[in-house]
Parts: sequence; structure tokens; C-alpha cells
Amino acid sequence: MDTALDTTPLGHNVPLAERAYRIRRNALLMGEVQGQGYIGQALDIADVLAVSYFHAMKYRPEDPHWEERDRFLLSNGHYAIALYAALIEAGIVPAEELETYGSDDSRLPMSGMASYTPGMEMSGGSLGLGLGIAVGIGLGLKRKNSAARVYTLFSDGELDEGSVWEAIMSAAHYKLDNMIAIVDVNNQQADGPSTQVMAFEPLVDKLEAFGWFVQRVDGNDMDAVVAAFDAAKSHPEAKPRMIVCDTKMGKGVPFLEAREKNHFIRVDAHEWQLALDALDAGRTA
Amino acid sequence: MSTAANTTAKPRLKTSAMIASIAAEGQRTRPAPFGHALVELAKQRPEIVGMTADLAKYTDLHIFAQAYPDRFYQMGMAEQLLMGAASGMAHEGMMPFVTTYAVFASRRAYDFVHQTIAEENRNVKIACALPGLTSGYGPSHQAAEDLALMRAMPNMVVIDPCDAHEIEQAVPAMAAHNGPVYMRLLRGNVPLVLDEYDYKFELGKAKLLRDGADVLVISSGIMTMRALEVAQRLEADKVGVAVLHVPTIKPLDTETILREAGRTGRMVVVAENHTVIGGLGEAVAGTLLRAGVAPVFRQIGLPDEFLKAGALPTLHDLYGISTDAMAASIKGWL
Repeated sequence: MDTALDTTPLGHNVPLAERAYRIRRNALLMGEVQGQGYIGQALDIADVLAVSYFHAMKYRPEDPHWEERDRFLLSNGHYAIALYAALIEAGIVPAEELETYGSDDSRLPMSGMASYTPGMEMSGGSLGLGLGIAVGIGLGLKRKNSAARVYTLFSDGELDEGSVWEAIMSAAHYKLDNMIAIVDVNNQQADGPSTQVMAFEPLVDKLEAFGWFVQRVDGNDMDAVVAAFDAAKSHPEAKPRMIVCDTKMGKGVPFLEAREKNHFIRVDAHEWQLALDALDAGRTA
Repeated sequence: MSTAANTTAKPRLKTSAMIASIAAEGQRTRPAPFGHALVELAKQRPEIVGMTADLAKYTDLHIFAQAYPDRFYQMGMAEQLLMGAASGMAHEGMMPFVTTYAVFASRRAYDFVHQTIAEENRNVKIACALPGLTSGYGPSHQAAEDLALMRAMPNMVVIDPCDAHEIEQAVPAMAAHNGPVYMRLLRGNVPLVLDEYDYKFELGKAKLLRDGADVLVISSGIMTMRALEVAQRLEADKVGVAVLHVPTIKPLDTETILREAGRTGRMVVVAENHTVIGGLGEAVAGTLLRAGVAPVFRQIGLPDEFLKAGALPTLHDLYGISTDAMAASIKGWL
């Protein structure tokens, strides 16, 4: 890799926008390693991950199993490239491992699995699993009188899965106010735009009818995402909390934002460096 | 109804209800052995929780729910959620005992058991009623292939207990094993047989319940009960039938199986309340073949077809797993 890796730890006062930039950069570097990856999704969700790991959640980078940590479940396991980028930025995964992404014997397989990676709390890949696991974790945390929360990131395509709605119904039934779910509405799944593959709107109305405290924000507007996480944490009602995040695939790299939308965005070999350059240009702009 | 059938003298066998016991008339039984054993074990193990998908009453988990209402979780009629949430509970250090029917755990929720429990190696115990052909409701409730499905799953321990005595001992043994376990559950008034055999359940161990010179029956679950009856009957015909009970389908006690099947001159008959595809029969066959042990080999099990609805005794005769049918098969093979 000809891109020099800056592994200098950042201090505590790094702005969230800088965190999001570095998460995007880590993801692009991993994409370059494999020549592929769900980079469109990684770029769209980087702002949400920056807020999760550097504003909302409590954890100890040196102790990923710390009992009082907030749990973060990646239900959409193909977003692993994005979560690894955040785990590296958070110091949970050493930055040196970035170059192993998707390689034999790597702790960073292309689809997220609990047993491989520090900080990966569940095995995704098969969609629609995360929220059900989160219900069990939420119930378990309450049994232990733990103040920790369980965050679950899932994708709009997963709304097609019946198991997601089973979990949504039961989280409200059990009044799991320690559960914060984030759905990434990038409106893209394997066979096309999510809203066309299977209509799920009006999503906020549906989730509210199911008994959740629901907010809908531009998932690439950092201030809006911060405010939504703050409100989700402080909301007084005994309800599970959902943040619907509308995001833009490829966010931060204009030529990828403009590329024909696909679940798996094609990036040619020479374009990874161009993408990193474009990301850098946006950082200083 | 005034059908012609009603006018005949023949007593009409009725389709067994979900709550019916599989015990034969006059057989010794014990009520709800799973529920009572779990209540007993939970006294020592505060991490145990009970979870079900709208089938507490039909899996004897209601006994646990009554004893420990704050440790019981009703997940509604949602087996995928049940398995995922059990994984999450185990993630937090609880030991969920999860109940539903065998068809729902092994078929509907398979991916959830596979990915959230087995792949993550979570400490979840799955106990499922109506295993194999123990319901007359037809394929919707007949789990003819549950052992094959669960056995194929890495990390999963698979148990097919014979009677109430064994279930009572299997419950603490499941808890002592750190990892996922699937147990076939007999509920309600469960037959009591093995207490007369100086028998103790040990996870992963096959036990010779009686010896015999002519036939070795290798069996699990309720078929061991049948095999013991068959052995008694054939004794009168001077046919010696040994019964090797294999309650742990996985990991299989290959050492004991090879030792017993390797004794020359005995026909080996594997008997299981399960399709002949992928269960104990094929597990034993593979074990023998790989070791170069080649006795005369026969299988008693359910056919590779969707089974009929009807009264259980009728169906067990029809598919060859009743005591009468089993005795006739073995005599025919000698």
C-alpha cells in the first residue's frame, strides 16, 4: 500500500467530523486492500458510527469485554468494513490490522463475526438477526440491573425480514428503554431501491404504532445525528428507541455519490487513490 | 355423526391431542419431569432463565414459570425471536432453557439457531416437545427430521432421552456442558422405564441396558423403550437381543458402538423415532463403515415421506416403530 498510515492516537477533543473523516479513510484503505467491499455503505454510515463511538457510547478500548460497556450490534454484517474502520479509530482494533482486511487468518473478515474481532458483539451476514439478539441483551442487562445500553445498527433492507418485526414488537412489550436501534435508510438493497423492493414507508408511523420512541434524521448531518442520539438516551418514556437515519451512499467521495446506485458499488483498481484524494479534498473544503 | 364407520364394533382410535402423553395404558409414568428437574436445578443456578414461544404449557415450562415468574420470558409465537433473544441472554451470562415444538426449533428457526446460537457458541439449552412421530397432527407437528438438522450443525450437542428418569438426569447434564444443546423433550405424563435398569445418564455415553447373543439393537429416545419390550418378547423365542441405548446423538459414543457392534455373530439393528435419513441410523452406519466393522445392518425408522395424520398407535404400526412392528421386523430379518 502506498498510502502512508497515520497511526498517531487522537486526543479526546477531536471534532466528530474529523472522526468521521478518519473512519471513511480507514474504510477506503481496507477497500483498497481487497479491491472491493461495501464501501458505499461504509461511507454513508461513517457519521453515525462517529457519533456512536465518540459521543454516545461508553467503552474501554483496552478491554472490549468490560462489563459496563454499551453493546454495539452490527446486524447488517456486510457493513463490517465500516465497523472495523470505527473500531480501529476507537483503538479497539490495532490500526496495523487494517492491511489484513479480508485476508486469510485476519481478525477482520469481510462479513462481521463475533468470534473473530474484538468489539464485534454478534455474527451478522444473515440479515434480520440483530434486533432479536438485542432484545435478549436488553432483557439480560435489566436482569443484571446494568446501566449499559444495547445499540443495534441495521439496514432498511432488513425491514423486509419478519424477524425484525418480531423483535420490534417484543422490545416494546418488554419496555426495553435500554435499547437504541439505528436503521440506515440508504434506500438500496441487493435487487434495487429498498422502497421499491418492498415498500416500508411510512416508517416512522409504523414504528411509533409499534410502541417505539422514533426520530428521523439526515444521517449525514452530524449535528442532527448527535441531537438524535442525545434525545434517544435521555427520553423519559419506558420505550425502546429508534433512530431512522436517511443517508447517502458513497457520502464524502463525490464521484462515488454520483455513481449509479448499486448495493455493491463498483470501484476500479485505480479509483481507490482517487477516492482517498476526493475524501481529503472534502476534508479541507 | 351418523357415518357407517360409527356403526361398526371396532373401537375408533382418535388423533392424539398435543397434550396427550405418549405413555401406553397402564404404563408407569412421572408428570412433567423436565419442568420439575429445571425448577430443582434453578435453585442452585441463578443464571438459568426459561424462555418460550407461546408453548410453556405444552413443554412443561409452565412449572418453571410458576416457581420463578421473574425468570420466565414469554416471547410470543415467534420462534426466530425466541432463538435470537436466547442468544442475547446468553451473551449477558444467563443460561436460557428455551422451549417450543421440535418442528419449530429445527425447521422454522433453523438459521437463528445456527447463526445466533451455534455459530456464536452461546450457552443456550433448547428443549423441544413432539420429537419425531409423537403427534398425530401430520407433518406440521411431526419433527421426523429434527435430529438430522440439529446434528448437522457444528457446536450443537444433541440428546434424545428415553423416559422421565433420563430427562431428570439430562437437565443438570445439559447445564454442566458449556455450549448449545438440543434436547428432544417428552412432556406430560412421561413413561418411566430406565429406573429399573440401574441406569444413569451421562452426556456423550452410550449404555448397554441388556445383553444378548443374536441381535444388537442400537436405539435412542422412545425406541429404547420399545427395544426393551421387543427383547423381552423375543427371549421367549430363544432369540437374544442386546439393547445399546444411545441418548446422545452428538457427540456420538463411537467407542462403545464399535465395541458392541464389533462382537461377531450379531445382527445390528438401529432403531430411531426419526427419518432413516441423517439420524442415529446413518450416524452408526458411517461409524461402522469408517472403522471397517461390517455386521449385518438393518434400520428401523420413519420413511422418507410426509407422514400421515391419525392416531399415534396406528401410525407407529404403519411406519414400523411400534413394539409389535419392530418385533416382527427383527424376526423377519433373522
